[in-house]
Amino acid sequence: MPGEINHPAEPADSLNMLDSTITAAVAARPAIDSGSTAWMLTSSALVLLMIPGLALFYGGMVRRKNILTTMMQSFVAMAVIGVQWVTIGYSIAFGQSHGGLFGWSWDMVGLQGIGPERMYADKAIPELVFVMFQGKFAIITPALISGAVAERMKFSSYLWFILLWATFIYCPLAHWVWASDGWLFKLGVLDFAGGTVVHIAAGISALVLALMLGKRRDYPDGAILPNNLTLTLTGAGLLWFGWFGFNAGSAVAVEFPVAGATAGLAFATTQTAAATAALAWMLLEWRHTGKPTSLGLASGIVAGLVAITPAAGHVRPLAAMAIGAVASVVCYWAVRMKHRSGLDDSLDAFGVHGVGGIWGALATGLFCFIPVAGLLTGGGFTQLGKQTIGVLVTIGFTSIGTFVIAKLLDMTLGLRVTEQQERDGLDISVHGERGYHL
Amino acid sequence: MKLIIAIIRPERLDAVQAALQAALDEGDNYRITVQTVDGHGRQTGEIEYFRGQQVRQRMVQKTQITVGVNDQYVEPAIQAILKAARTSEGEIGDGKIFVMPLDDCVRIRTGERGGKAI
Repeated sequence: MPGEINHPAEPADSLNMLDSTITAAVAARPAIDSGSTAWMLTSSALVLLMIPGLALFYGGMVRRKNILTTMMQSFVAMAVIGVQWVTIGYSIAFGQSHGGLFGWSWDMVGLQGIGPERMYADKAIPELVFVMFQGKFAIITPALISGAVAERMKFSSYLWFILLWATFIYCPLAHWVWASDGWLFKLGVLDFAGGTVVHIAAGISALVLALMLGKRRDYPDGAILPNNLTLTLTGAGLLWFGWFGFNAGSAVAVEFPVAGATAGLAFATTQTAAATAALAWMLLEWRHTGKPTSLGLASGIVAGLVAITPAAGHVRPLAAMAIGAVASVVCYWAVRMKHRSGLDDSLDAFGVHGVGGIWGALATGLFCFIPVAGLLTGGGFTQLGKQTIGVLVTIGFTSIGTFVIAKLLDMTLGLRVTEQQERDGLDISVHGERGYHL
Repeated sequence: MKLIIAIIRPERLDAVQAALQAALDEGDNYRITVQTVDGHGRQTGEIEYFRGQQVRQRMVQKTQITVGVNDQYVEPAIQAILKAARTSEGEIGDGKIFVMPLDDCVRIRTGERGGKAI
Protein backbone atom coordinates (compact mmCIF):
# COMPACT_ATOMS: atom_id res chain seq x y z
CA MET A 1 0.00 0.00 0.00
CA PRO A 2 2.78 2.59 0.52
CA GLY A 3 3.15 2.69 -3.24
CA GLU A 4 -0.34 4.08 -3.52
CA ILE A 5 0.26 6.84 -1.01
CA ASN A 6 3.24 8.07 -2.96
CA HIS A 7 1.54 7.93 -6.32
CA PRO A 8 1.45 11.60 -7.42
CA ALA A 9 -1.04 11.34 -10.30
CA GLU A 10 -4.19 10.51 -8.36
CA PRO A 11 -3.68 11.53 -4.76
CA ALA A 12 -7.34 11.67 -3.79
CA ASP A 13 -8.21 8.26 -5.23
CA SER A 14 -5.19 6.68 -3.67
CA LEU A 15 -5.96 8.03 -0.28
CA ASN A 16 -9.52 6.85 -0.57
CA MET A 17 -8.37 3.41 -1.56
CA LEU A 18 -5.92 3.32 1.29
CA ASP A 19 -8.60 4.38 3.71
CA SER A 20 -11.04 1.73 2.55
CA THR A 21 -8.35 -0.91 2.56
CA ILE A 22 -7.44 -0.12 6.13
CA THR A 23 -11.06 -0.11 7.22
CA ALA A 24 -11.72 -3.44 5.55
CA ALA A 25 -8.58 -4.96 6.98
CA VAL A 26 -9.35 -3.86 10.50
CA ALA A 27 -12.88 -5.17 10.28
CA ALA A 28 -12.00 -8.51 8.70
CA ARG A 29 -8.66 -9.22 10.31
CA PRO A 30 -8.86 -12.12 12.70
CA ALA A 31 -6.56 -11.86 15.65
CA ILE A 32 -3.25 -13.54 15.01
CA ASP A 33 -2.34 -15.87 17.79
CA SER A 34 1.34 -15.28 18.17
CA GLY A 35 1.90 -18.36 20.34
CA SER A 36 0.36 -20.62 17.73
CA THR A 37 2.20 -18.89 14.93
CA ALA A 38 5.51 -19.12 16.77
CA TRP A 39 5.05 -22.82 17.40
CA MET A 40 4.11 -23.50 13.78
CA LEU A 41 7.13 -21.57 12.52
CA THR A 42 9.30 -23.59 14.87
CA SER A 43 7.65 -26.86 13.89
CA SER A 44 8.14 -26.12 10.21
CA ALA A 45 11.85 -25.60 10.77
CA LEU A 46 12.04 -28.75 12.91
CA VAL A 47 10.47 -30.85 10.17
CA LEU A 48 12.91 -29.46 7.64
CA LEU A 49 15.79 -30.53 9.91
CA MET A 50 14.59 -34.11 9.54
CA ILE A 51 15.74 -34.11 5.93
CA PRO A 52 19.44 -33.57 6.67
CA GLY A 53 18.79 -36.06 9.48
CA LEU A 54 17.47 -38.57 6.99
CA ALA A 55 20.39 -37.87 4.67
CA LEU A 56 22.83 -38.73 7.46
CA PHE A 57 20.77 -41.73 8.57
CA TYR A 58 20.76 -43.21 5.07
CA GLY A 59 24.15 -41.85 4.04
CA GLY A 60 26.00 -43.66 6.81
CA MET A 61 24.59 -47.04 5.78
CA VAL A 62 25.75 -47.23 2.18
CA ARG A 63 29.23 -48.04 0.90
CA ARG A 64 31.68 -45.16 0.85
CA LYS A 65 31.51 -44.87 -2.92
CA ASN A 66 27.81 -43.95 -2.70
CA ILE A 67 27.52 -41.66 0.29
CA LEU A 68 27.12 -38.41 -1.64
CA THR A 69 24.51 -39.70 -4.05
CA THR A 70 22.54 -41.15 -1.15
CA MET A 71 22.67 -37.95 0.87
CA MET A 72 21.80 -35.95 -2.22
CA GLN A 73 18.67 -37.99 -2.77
CA SER A 74 17.36 -36.53 0.47
CA PHE A 75 18.79 -33.04 0.06
CA VAL A 76 17.62 -32.63 -3.52
CA ALA A 77 14.03 -33.21 -2.40
CA MET A 78 14.29 -29.91 -0.52
CA ALA A 79 15.09 -28.30 -3.85
CA VAL A 80 12.67 -30.13 -6.16
CA ILE A 81 9.65 -30.45 -3.89
CA GLY A 82 10.42 -27.08 -2.33
CA VAL A 83 9.63 -25.56 -5.72
CA GLN A 84 6.84 -27.99 -6.64
CA TRP A 85 4.97 -27.34 -3.40
CA VAL A 86 4.87 -23.57 -3.78
CA THR A 87 4.05 -23.81 -7.47
CA ILE A 88 1.24 -26.38 -7.57
CA GLY A 89 1.61 -28.86 -4.71
CA TYR A 90 -0.21 -26.86 -2.05
CA SER A 91 -3.07 -26.16 -4.43
CA ILE A 92 -3.52 -29.86 -5.20
CA ALA A 93 -3.39 -30.87 -1.55
CA PHE A 94 -5.28 -28.03 0.11
CA GLY A 95 -7.06 -26.13 -2.67
CA GLN A 96 -10.79 -26.15 -3.37
CA SER A 97 -11.85 -29.78 -3.24
CA HIS A 98 -13.05 -31.54 -6.36
CA GLY A 99 -15.18 -34.42 -5.15
CA GLY A 100 -12.87 -35.01 -2.22
CA LEU A 101 -10.33 -36.45 -4.67
CA PHE A 102 -7.96 -33.57 -5.24
CA GLY A 103 -7.79 -29.88 -4.61
CA TRP A 104 -7.21 -27.04 -7.03
CA SER A 105 -7.49 -23.29 -6.54
CA TRP A 106 -5.96 -21.01 -9.11
CA ASP A 107 -5.18 -18.39 -6.47
CA MET A 108 -3.01 -20.92 -4.65
CA VAL A 109 -0.87 -21.58 -7.70
CA GLY A 110 2.45 -19.97 -6.93
CA LEU A 111 0.81 -18.89 -3.67
CA GLN A 112 -0.08 -15.70 -5.52
CA GLY A 113 -3.44 -15.28 -3.83
CA ILE A 114 -2.21 -16.02 -0.36
CA GLY A 115 -1.23 -12.69 1.09
CA PRO A 116 0.80 -12.45 4.27
CA GLU A 117 -2.28 -11.44 6.25
CA ARG A 118 -4.50 -14.26 5.06
CA MET A 119 -5.27 -16.57 7.94
CA TYR A 120 -5.41 -20.33 7.66
CA ALA A 121 -8.96 -21.56 8.30
CA ASP A 122 -9.98 -20.57 11.83
CA LYS A 123 -6.55 -21.08 13.36
CA ALA A 124 -5.32 -17.50 13.59
CA ILE A 125 -1.99 -18.40 12.04
CA PRO A 126 -0.96 -16.96 8.69
CA GLU A 127 -1.80 -19.38 5.89
CA LEU A 128 1.74 -19.02 4.55
CA VAL A 129 3.00 -20.60 7.75
CA PHE A 130 0.64 -23.53 7.24
CA VAL A 131 1.81 -23.79 3.62
CA MET A 132 5.42 -24.03 4.77
CA PHE A 133 4.64 -26.54 7.52
CA GLN A 134 2.83 -28.85 5.10
CA GLY A 135 5.51 -28.30 2.49
CA LYS A 136 8.14 -29.91 4.70
CA PHE A 137 6.02 -33.06 4.87
CA ALA A 138 5.78 -33.09 1.11
CA ILE A 139 9.57 -32.84 0.94
CA ILE A 140 10.47 -35.59 3.36
CA THR A 141 7.99 -38.18 2.12
CA PRO A 142 9.53 -38.86 -1.31
CA ALA A 143 12.99 -38.62 0.29
CA LEU A 144 12.06 -41.54 2.55
CA ILE A 145 11.60 -43.70 -0.54
CA SER A 146 15.23 -43.18 -1.53
CA GLY A 147 16.29 -45.71 1.09
CA ALA A 148 14.92 -48.50 -1.09
CA VAL A 149 16.73 -47.49 -4.25
CA ALA A 150 20.12 -46.62 -2.80
CA GLU A 151 23.33 -47.28 -4.72
CA ARG A 152 21.75 -48.01 -8.10
CA MET A 153 19.01 -45.61 -9.22
CA LYS A 154 19.73 -43.13 -11.97
CA PHE A 155 19.80 -39.60 -10.58
CA SER A 156 17.81 -38.03 -13.41
CA SER A 157 15.10 -40.67 -13.10
CA TYR A 158 15.03 -40.13 -9.36
CA LEU A 159 14.38 -36.42 -9.85
CA TRP A 160 11.51 -37.09 -12.23
CA PHE A 161 10.22 -39.79 -9.95
CA ILE A 162 9.96 -37.61 -6.86
CA LEU A 163 8.43 -34.75 -8.83
CA LEU A 164 5.74 -36.95 -10.39
CA TRP A 165 5.23 -38.93 -7.22
CA ALA A 166 4.73 -35.83 -5.09
CA THR A 167 2.33 -34.36 -7.64
CA PHE A 168 0.20 -37.37 -8.50
CA ILE A 169 0.41 -39.47 -5.36
CA TYR A 170 1.42 -37.46 -2.31
CA CYS A 171 -0.63 -34.32 -2.92
CA PRO A 172 -3.92 -36.09 -3.72
CA LEU A 173 -3.42 -38.48 -0.82
CA ALA A 174 -2.76 -35.57 1.54
CA HIS A 175 -6.00 -34.07 0.24
CA TRP A 176 -7.95 -37.26 0.90
CA VAL A 177 -6.72 -37.57 4.45
CA TRP A 178 -6.07 -34.05 5.68
CA ALA A 179 -8.20 -31.58 3.71
CA SER A 180 -11.54 -30.89 5.38
CA ASP A 181 -13.34 -32.05 2.22
CA GLY A 182 -11.07 -35.04 1.57
CA TRP A 183 -13.00 -38.28 1.28
CA LEU A 184 -10.97 -40.27 3.78
CA PHE A 185 -11.09 -37.36 6.23
CA LYS A 186 -14.86 -37.28 5.93
CA LEU A 187 -14.97 -41.03 6.39
CA GLY A 188 -13.33 -40.49 9.78
CA VAL A 189 -9.91 -42.03 9.16
CA LEU A 190 -7.55 -40.71 11.82
CA ASP A 191 -4.06 -39.84 10.72
CA PHE A 192 -2.59 -37.35 13.12
CA ALA A 193 0.71 -36.57 11.44
CA GLY A 194 1.08 -38.84 8.46
CA GLY A 195 0.97 -42.57 9.13
CA THR A 196 -0.87 -43.18 5.88
CA VAL A 197 0.04 -40.07 3.89
CA VAL A 198 3.73 -40.13 4.75
CA HIS A 199 4.91 -43.49 6.03
CA ILE A 200 2.66 -46.08 4.43
CA ALA A 201 2.78 -44.13 1.17
CA ALA A 202 6.57 -43.90 1.20
CA GLY A 203 7.05 -47.44 2.50
CA ILE A 204 4.79 -49.13 -0.03
CA SER A 205 6.21 -47.08 -2.88
CA ALA A 206 9.67 -48.02 -1.70
CA LEU A 207 8.74 -51.69 -1.87
CA VAL A 208 7.32 -51.38 -5.38
CA LEU A 209 10.27 -49.37 -6.62
CA ALA A 210 12.81 -51.76 -5.09
CA LEU A 211 11.09 -54.67 -6.82
CA MET A 212 11.01 -52.89 -10.18
CA LEU A 213 14.57 -51.67 -9.90
CA GLY A 214 16.01 -55.03 -8.90
CA LYS A 215 18.85 -55.81 -6.56
CA ARG A 216 22.20 -54.15 -6.32
CA ARG A 217 24.75 -56.23 -8.19
CA ASP A 218 26.58 -57.14 -5.01
CA TYR A 219 23.45 -58.05 -3.09
CA PRO A 220 23.07 -60.30 -1.19
CA ASP A 221 26.39 -62.10 -1.72
CA GLY A 222 28.94 -59.29 -1.75
CA ALA A 223 30.14 -57.63 1.39
CA ILE A 224 27.99 -54.52 1.58
CA LEU A 225 28.99 -52.81 4.78
CA PRO A 226 28.07 -49.34 5.97
CA ASN A 227 30.68 -46.63 5.46
CA ASN A 228 30.03 -44.75 8.69
CA LEU A 229 27.42 -45.71 11.25
CA THR A 230 28.29 -42.69 13.38
CA LEU A 231 26.56 -40.61 10.71
CA THR A 232 23.56 -42.92 10.90
CA LEU A 233 23.29 -42.43 14.66
CA THR A 234 23.64 -38.67 14.30
CA GLY A 235 20.90 -38.77 11.69
CA ALA A 236 18.62 -40.80 13.94
CA GLY A 237 19.13 -38.20 16.66
CA LEU A 238 18.22 -35.36 14.33
CA LEU A 239 15.17 -37.27 13.13
CA TRP A 240 14.00 -37.74 16.70
CA PHE A 241 14.49 -34.04 17.43
CA GLY A 242 12.75 -32.91 14.25
CA TRP A 243 9.91 -35.35 14.79
CA PHE A 244 8.63 -33.23 17.69
CA GLY A 245 7.77 -30.59 15.12
CA PHE A 246 6.34 -33.22 12.81
CA ASN A 247 3.96 -34.62 15.42
CA ALA A 248 3.37 -31.86 17.96
CA GLY A 249 3.10 -29.33 15.13
CA SER A 250 0.37 -31.44 13.56
CA ALA A 251 -1.89 -30.34 16.39
CA VAL A 252 -2.63 -27.48 13.99
CA ALA A 253 -5.29 -29.68 12.44
CA VAL A 254 -7.32 -30.26 15.56
CA GLU A 255 -6.92 -27.54 18.12
CA PHE A 256 -6.84 -23.83 18.70
CA PRO A 257 -4.59 -22.36 19.91
CA VAL A 258 -2.23 -24.75 18.20
CA ALA A 259 0.40 -24.97 20.89
CA GLY A 260 -2.04 -26.42 23.37
CA ALA A 261 -3.16 -29.62 25.01
CA THR A 262 -3.04 -31.77 21.90
CA ALA A 263 0.43 -30.55 21.00
CA GLY A 264 1.55 -31.45 24.50
CA LEU A 265 -0.02 -34.89 24.22
CA ALA A 266 1.58 -35.50 20.83
CA PHE A 267 4.95 -34.42 22.17
CA ALA A 268 4.69 -36.83 25.10
CA THR A 269 3.54 -39.81 23.05
CA THR A 270 6.25 -39.17 20.45
CA GLN A 271 8.96 -39.21 23.08
CA THR A 272 7.54 -42.27 24.81
CA ALA A 273 7.08 -44.36 21.66
CA ALA A 274 10.56 -43.58 20.35
CA ALA A 275 12.22 -44.45 23.63
CA THR A 276 10.29 -47.70 24.06
CA ALA A 277 10.89 -48.79 20.51
CA ALA A 278 14.62 -48.07 20.75
CA LEU A 279 14.83 -50.13 23.91
CA ALA A 280 12.73 -52.95 22.45
CA TRP A 281 14.77 -53.25 19.24
CA MET A 282 18.06 -53.24 21.11
CA LEU A 283 16.96 -55.90 23.62
CA LEU A 284 15.36 -58.03 20.94
CA GLU A 285 18.46 -58.00 18.79
CA TRP A 286 20.74 -58.56 21.76
CA ARG A 287 18.80 -61.65 22.70
CA HIS A 288 18.46 -62.85 19.13
CA THR A 289 21.96 -62.34 17.72
CA GLY A 290 23.98 -61.79 20.88
CA LYS A 291 24.97 -58.20 20.08
CA PRO A 292 23.20 -54.93 20.89
CA THR A 293 24.07 -52.99 17.72
CA SER A 294 24.05 -49.23 17.31
CA LEU A 295 22.16 -49.59 14.04
CA GLY A 296 19.54 -51.63 15.89
CA LEU A 297 19.10 -48.85 18.43
CA ALA A 298 18.83 -46.26 15.66
CA SER A 299 16.36 -48.41 13.72
CA GLY A 300 14.25 -48.80 16.85
CA ILE A 301 14.10 -45.03 17.30
CA VAL A 302 12.85 -44.56 13.76
CA ALA A 303 10.39 -47.47 13.95
CA GLY A 304 8.86 -46.03 17.12
CA LEU A 305 8.62 -42.54 15.65
CA VAL A 306 6.99 -43.88 12.49
CA ALA A 307 4.42 -45.93 14.39
CA ILE A 308 3.37 -43.14 16.74
CA THR A 309 2.96 -40.63 13.91
CA PRO A 310 -0.68 -41.39 13.04
CA ALA A 311 -1.59 -41.85 16.70
CA ALA A 312 0.37 -39.06 18.38
CA GLY A 313 -2.51 -36.77 19.32
CA HIS A 314 -5.05 -39.55 19.78
CA VAL A 315 -3.54 -41.91 22.36
CA ARG A 316 -2.16 -41.81 25.89
CA PRO A 317 1.52 -42.21 26.77
CA LEU A 318 1.07 -45.79 28.01
CA ALA A 319 -0.54 -46.70 24.71
CA ALA A 320 2.39 -45.01 22.98
CA MET A 321 4.66 -47.35 24.89
CA ALA A 322 2.77 -50.37 23.55
CA ILE A 323 2.75 -48.90 20.04
CA GLY A 324 6.51 -48.32 20.16
CA ALA A 325 7.35 -51.75 21.54
CA VAL A 326 5.22 -53.62 19.01
CA ALA A 327 6.57 -51.42 16.21
CA SER A 328 10.08 -52.63 16.92
CA VAL A 329 8.98 -56.26 17.02
CA VAL A 330 7.15 -56.12 13.68
CA CYS A 331 9.78 -54.00 11.96
CA TYR A 332 12.61 -56.19 13.25
CA TRP A 333 10.75 -59.18 11.90
CA ALA A 334 10.13 -57.47 8.56
CA VAL A 335 13.80 -56.61 8.15
CA ARG A 336 14.76 -60.23 8.92
CA MET A 337 12.24 -61.49 6.38
CA LYS A 338 13.68 -59.19 3.75
CA HIS A 339 17.04 -60.94 3.96
CA ARG A 340 15.40 -64.29 3.36
CA SER A 341 13.25 -63.08 0.49
CA GLY A 342 16.15 -61.54 -1.40
CA LEU A 343 14.29 -58.25 -1.77
CA ASP A 344 16.84 -55.43 -1.89
CA ASP A 345 15.05 -52.69 0.03
CA SER A 346 18.55 -51.43 0.68
CA LEU A 347 18.05 -49.27 3.76
CA ASP A 348 14.70 -50.70 4.86
CA ALA A 349 12.37 -47.94 3.80
CA PHE A 350 9.58 -50.52 3.51
CA GLY A 351 10.60 -52.61 6.50
CA VAL A 352 10.54 -49.62 8.84
CA HIS A 353 8.28 -46.97 7.28
CA GLY A 354 5.86 -49.27 5.48
CA VAL A 355 5.47 -51.89 8.18
CA GLY A 356 5.76 -49.43 11.06
CA GLY A 357 3.30 -47.09 9.37
CA ILE A 358 0.72 -49.83 8.86
CA TRP A 359 1.04 -50.91 12.47
CA GLY A 360 0.74 -47.32 13.69
CA ALA A 361 -2.34 -46.59 11.59
CA LEU A 362 -4.08 -49.73 12.85
CA ALA A 363 -2.89 -49.15 16.41
CA THR A 364 -4.56 -45.74 16.30
CA GLY A 365 -7.85 -47.61 15.93
CA LEU A 366 -6.94 -49.78 18.90
CA PHE A 367 -5.75 -47.18 21.39
CA CYS A 368 -7.32 -43.83 20.46
CA PHE A 369 -9.30 -42.02 23.14
CA ILE A 370 -9.81 -38.63 21.48
CA PRO A 371 -11.76 -37.64 19.47
CA VAL A 372 -13.30 -41.13 19.48
CA ALA A 373 -12.66 -44.31 21.44
CA GLY A 374 -10.87 -47.24 19.86
CA LEU A 375 -11.22 -50.99 20.24
CA LEU A 376 -9.19 -51.23 23.45
CA THR A 377 -10.61 -48.05 24.93
CA GLY A 378 -14.24 -49.10 24.81
CA GLY A 379 -15.17 -47.82 21.38
CA GLY A 380 -15.70 -51.10 19.56
CA PHE A 381 -14.52 -51.96 16.11
CA THR A 382 -15.77 -48.87 14.30
CA GLN A 383 -12.56 -46.84 14.33
CA LEU A 384 -10.36 -49.86 13.70
CA GLY A 385 -12.49 -50.57 10.64
CA LYS A 386 -12.02 -47.03 9.38
CA GLN A 387 -8.30 -47.23 9.99
CA THR A 388 -8.14 -50.48 8.05
CA ILE A 389 -9.89 -48.84 5.13
CA GLY A 390 -7.39 -45.98 5.28
CA VAL A 391 -4.49 -48.42 5.24
CA LEU A 392 -5.84 -50.52 2.37
CA VAL A 393 -6.73 -47.51 0.25
CA THR A 394 -3.28 -46.04 0.78
CA ILE A 395 -1.57 -49.32 -0.08
CA GLY A 396 -3.66 -49.76 -3.21
CA PHE A 397 -3.33 -46.20 -4.47
CA THR A 398 0.37 -45.77 -3.80
CA SER A 399 1.43 -49.15 -5.14
CA ILE A 400 -0.45 -48.71 -8.42
CA GLY A 401 0.58 -45.07 -8.75
CA THR A 402 4.23 -45.84 -8.10
CA PHE A 403 4.15 -48.71 -10.55
CA VAL A 404 2.76 -46.50 -13.31
CA ILE A 405 5.23 -43.67 -12.73
CA ALA A 406 8.22 -46.00 -12.46
CA LYS A 407 7.14 -47.93 -15.56
CA LEU A 408 6.90 -44.74 -17.60
CA LEU A 409 10.34 -43.66 -16.44
CA ASP A 410 11.76 -47.09 -17.09
CA MET A 411 10.51 -46.97 -20.69
CA THR A 412 11.86 -43.47 -21.29
CA LEU A 413 14.90 -42.59 -19.17
CA GLY A 414 15.61 -45.97 -17.64
CA LEU A 415 15.68 -46.46 -13.88
CA ARG A 416 19.16 -47.83 -13.27
CA VAL A 417 22.68 -46.60 -13.74
CA THR A 418 24.97 -48.72 -15.94
CA GLU A 419 26.76 -51.72 -14.51
CA GLN A 420 30.09 -49.91 -14.68
CA GLN A 421 28.71 -46.84 -12.93
CA GLU A 422 27.34 -49.04 -10.20
CA ARG A 423 30.70 -50.75 -9.73
CA ASP A 424 32.60 -47.47 -9.70
CA GLY A 425 30.10 -45.97 -7.31
CA LEU A 426 27.60 -43.27 -8.13
CA ASP A 427 29.52 -40.52 -6.35
CA ILE A 428 32.31 -40.45 -8.89
CA SER A 429 30.44 -41.78 -11.93
CA VAL A 430 27.29 -39.67 -11.64
CA HIS A 431 28.29 -36.65 -9.56
CA GLY A 432 32.03 -36.45 -10.28
CA GLU A 433 32.89 -36.19 -6.60
CA ARG A 434 33.98 -38.36 -3.73
CA GLY A 435 32.59 -38.13 -0.24
CA TYR A 436 35.86 -38.98 1.42
CA HIS A 437 39.39 -37.94 0.60
CA LEU A 438 40.67 -39.30 3.87
CA MET B 1 72.30 -55.07 6.53
CA LYS B 2 68.87 -56.51 6.78
CA LEU B 3 65.41 -55.17 6.26
CA ILE B 4 63.00 -56.35 8.92
CA ILE B 5 59.32 -56.22 8.10
CA ALA B 6 56.98 -57.26 10.87
CA ILE B 7 53.22 -57.53 10.79
CA ILE B 8 51.82 -57.13 14.26
CA ARG B 9 48.60 -56.53 16.14
CA PRO B 10 47.79 -52.81 16.06
CA GLU B 11 47.37 -52.67 19.81
CA ARG B 12 50.93 -54.01 20.36
CA LEU B 13 52.55 -51.17 18.44
CA ASP B 14 53.40 -49.08 21.49
CA ALA B 15 55.02 -52.04 23.23
CA VAL B 16 56.98 -52.99 20.12
CA GLN B 17 58.23 -49.43 19.66
CA ALA B 18 59.36 -49.31 23.28
CA ALA B 19 61.18 -52.63 22.95
CA LEU B 20 62.86 -51.60 19.69
CA GLN B 21 63.89 -48.32 21.21
CA ALA B 22 65.55 -50.20 24.05
CA ALA B 23 67.30 -52.59 21.66
CA LEU B 24 68.35 -50.29 18.82
CA ASP B 25 68.75 -46.77 20.10
CA GLU B 26 72.33 -45.46 19.90
CA GLY B 27 71.39 -42.16 21.46
CA ASP B 28 70.23 -40.72 18.17
CA ASN B 29 66.76 -42.20 18.15
CA TYR B 30 66.18 -45.27 16.00
CA ARG B 31 64.40 -45.51 12.66
CA ILE B 32 61.05 -47.11 12.01
CA THR B 33 58.29 -46.86 9.43
CA VAL B 34 54.73 -47.84 10.36
CA GLN B 35 51.78 -48.58 8.09
CA THR B 36 48.27 -49.83 8.57
CA VAL B 37 47.66 -52.84 6.35
CA ASP B 38 44.82 -55.23 5.53
CA GLY B 39 45.30 -58.89 4.93
CA HIS B 40 44.88 -62.30 6.40
CA GLY B 41 46.82 -65.30 7.47
CA ARG B 42 45.18 -68.06 9.40
CA GLN B 43 43.19 -65.43 11.25
CA THR B 44 40.21 -63.97 9.38
CA GLY B 45 38.27 -60.80 10.14
CA GLU B 46 35.87 -60.27 12.99
CA ILE B 47 32.20 -60.99 12.61
CA GLU B 48 30.28 -57.78 12.10
CA TYR B 49 26.55 -57.30 12.22
CA PHE B 50 24.73 -55.18 9.67
CA ARG B 51 20.97 -55.11 9.88
CA GLY B 52 21.03 -58.41 11.74
CA GLN B 53 23.12 -60.09 9.05
CA GLN B 54 26.43 -61.60 10.11
CA VAL B 55 29.24 -60.47 7.88
CA ARG B 56 32.73 -61.86 8.35
CA GLN B 57 35.33 -59.59 6.90
CA ARG B 58 38.00 -61.56 5.03
CA MET B 59 40.69 -59.08 5.87
CA VAL B 60 42.04 -58.21 9.25
CA GLN B 61 43.52 -54.84 9.96
CA LYS B 62 47.17 -55.13 11.06
CA THR B 63 50.08 -52.84 11.61
CA GLN B 64 53.20 -53.31 9.55
CA ILE B 65 56.54 -51.98 10.74
CA THR B 66 59.67 -51.70 8.65
CA VAL B 67 63.12 -51.35 10.19
CA GLY B 68 66.46 -51.40 8.40
CA VAL B 69 69.32 -52.56 10.65
CA ASN B 70 73.03 -53.37 10.51
CA ASP B 71 73.95 -57.02 11.03
CA GLN B 72 74.76 -56.82 14.75
CA TYR B 73 71.29 -55.45 15.45
CA VAL B 74 69.30 -58.05 13.53
CA GLU B 75 68.89 -60.53 16.33
CA PRO B 76 68.23 -57.95 19.07
CA ALA B 77 65.55 -56.38 16.85
CA ILE B 78 63.90 -59.74 16.19
CA GLN B 79 63.94 -60.59 19.89
CA ALA B 80 62.50 -57.20 20.81
CA ILE B 81 59.61 -57.52 18.37
CA LEU B 82 58.99 -61.12 19.36
CA LYS B 83 58.81 -60.28 23.03
CA ALA B 84 56.61 -57.22 22.67
CA ALA B 85 54.26 -58.36 19.93
CA ARG B 86 53.33 -61.79 21.23
CA THR B 87 50.21 -62.05 23.35
CA SER B 88 50.73 -63.75 26.71
CA GLU B 89 50.23 -67.35 25.56
CA GLY B 90 50.83 -66.70 21.88
CA GLU B 91 47.76 -66.75 19.67
CA ILE B 92 46.80 -66.97 16.02
CA GLY B 93 46.91 -63.43 14.72
CA ASP B 94 50.00 -62.35 16.65
CA GLY B 95 51.72 -61.69 13.34
CA LYS B 96 54.94 -62.46 11.55
CA ILE B 97 58.47 -61.16 11.11
CA PHE B 98 60.22 -61.19 7.72
CA VAL B 99 63.96 -60.66 7.52
CA MET B 100 65.51 -59.98 4.14
CA PRO B 101 68.85 -58.89 2.77
CA LEU B 102 69.26 -55.21 2.16
CA ASP B 103 71.50 -54.31 -0.77
CA ASP B 104 72.11 -50.72 0.02
CA CYS B 105 70.85 -47.75 1.92
CA VAL B 106 71.18 -44.07 0.98
CA ARG B 107 70.60 -41.10 3.24
CA ILE B 108 69.05 -38.52 0.98
CA ARG B 109 70.26 -35.49 2.94
CA THR B 110 73.98 -36.34 2.70
CA GLY B 111 74.25 -39.02 0.06
CA GLU B 112 75.92 -41.37 2.59
CA ARG B 113 75.55 -45.03 1.72
CA GLY B 114 75.46 -48.45 3.34
CA GLY B 115 75.69 -49.13 7.08
CA LYS B 116 76.43 -45.52 7.96
CA ALA B 117 73.23 -44.36 6.39
CA ILE B 118 71.02 -46.76 8.24
